[in-house]
Amino acid sequence: MLINKIKAEISEMLSEIFDGATIMVGGFGEAGSPIELLHGLIDNGAKDLTIIANNAGNGRVGLGALIGQKQVRKVICSFARSAKGITFPELYNNNEIELEVVPQGTLAERIRAAGSGIPAFYTATAVGTPLAKGKEEKVFNNKKYILEEALYADFAFVKADVADRYGNLTFNKTARNFNPIMCMAAKQSLIQVKKIIEPDKTNPEHVITPGIFVHKIIKIDNPIIETNAIEEGMIYP
Amino acid sequence: MMNSDLKNVVKGWDRNTIASKIADDLPHASYVNLGIGMPEIVSQHIKEGREIIYHSENGLLGMGPTPNENEIDLDLINAGKKPVTILPGGSFCHHADSFSMIRGGHIDYCVLGAMEVSIKGDLANWSTGKGIPAVGGAMDLVAGAKNVFVMTQHITKEGKPKLVQNCTLPLTGAGVVSRVYSDYAVIDITKEGFKVIDMNENISIDYLQNITDGKVYL
Repeated sequence: MLINKIKAEISEMLSEIFDGATIMVGGFGEAGSPIELLHGLIDNGAKDLTIIANNAGNGRVGLGALIGQKQVRKVICSFARSAKGITFPELYNNNEIELEVVPQGTLAERIRAAGSGIPAFYTATAVGTPLAKGKEEKVFNNKKYILEEALYADFAFVKADVADRYGNLTFNKTARNFNPIMCMAAKQSLIQVKKIIEPDKTNPEHVITPGIFVHKIIKIDNPIIETNAIEEGMIYP
Repeated sequence: MMNSDLKNVVKGWDRNTIASKIADDLPHASYVNLGIGMPEIVSQHIKEGREIIYHSENGLLGMGPTPNENEIDLDLINAGKKPVTILPGGSFCHHADSFSMIRGGHIDYCVLGAMEVSIKGDLANWSTGKGIPAVGGAMDLVAGAKNVFVMTQHITKEGKPKLVQNCTLPLTGAGVVSRVYSDYAVIDITKEGFKVIDMNENISIDYLQNITDGKVYL
């Protein structure tokens, strides 16, 4: 039997999601944001989720919609403010959602570390700031560093550009962002892609995420464009 | 502390003048990260014959100018989530690699805005202490870039000094700023205080001292 990670239905992609799961969501703003998988998660209904992402959603589409459904208990992100953010500010101001603010590079490195078997690392980022509170400090070569722990997840929701059935992925421009490292850090990475190609058409020199980091793939060839969806007043569900 | 009557009495440099002073201090072939907002205009003032490579922390090295309306690609954006272009020789990478460029000390200069800069080079520019806390990449940039330049108005809209003895707002980084470019002066952070290396031609050092909370010297 041939290895084939490609699934036909979003429900198959999300079949192992559970209440209380920690889910990494790729994307930087809307670039690389897996909107269809997030909408699938709304349909799935899993609750008490912890979301690890760079942002906290725009409008009532994608991550913004998921948060609006009150399925998320906590968000770990670097920048939860956005001109088009509606749902997160509403819940945050009512104390209905928790927020852990992490500097963007520390967020990326904590994710990378988790995927690389590194439980913690020292960094100069945030030394002497309120975000260093409670963290172990250590001096190396006369410079102060703080200890940051790896960020693990049960699932990663990722948007890529092209995949083959082994899960070899390429991305599109700056839509790459957090997606490759989230594939590495999660126990199960779930990928939506615009295009699927035969493995003999995959150029091994061009693979960004090797298939070992990928578990399930679904083709969404015409994904929702968040900016347009918000302009058109889309509300999911 | 300054006399509030002095607010806006002498007109300072406009933002393009400040930007061109910063641009003149960015050496040929340097790798530069320009913060969102006012620092972005620095790229419009680079002298002919100099090539600067711009880094955007969302995984873009070799960032080009804003595209025309018909060339906008929502998958090609900068750290402010605005559409940009990529120049020949540019490259994409994932977020951990992009921040390795910052944290690993590969970015030569970053230019950021400020709410407050202290005489010790502490920077506060991410939080007023109110609203939803959001830091983005600012703390990584100030901790990792080889040189941290601040581009700012010298005083706030309310007429308070932004160059201060001690920051009152939450810090972005401690002792990280190397130089401040304001509408009244270019100032190096030194052990002796705010060292003025360029001053607006319409003011005196006394005037500058009056709008600065901390010792300035020539």
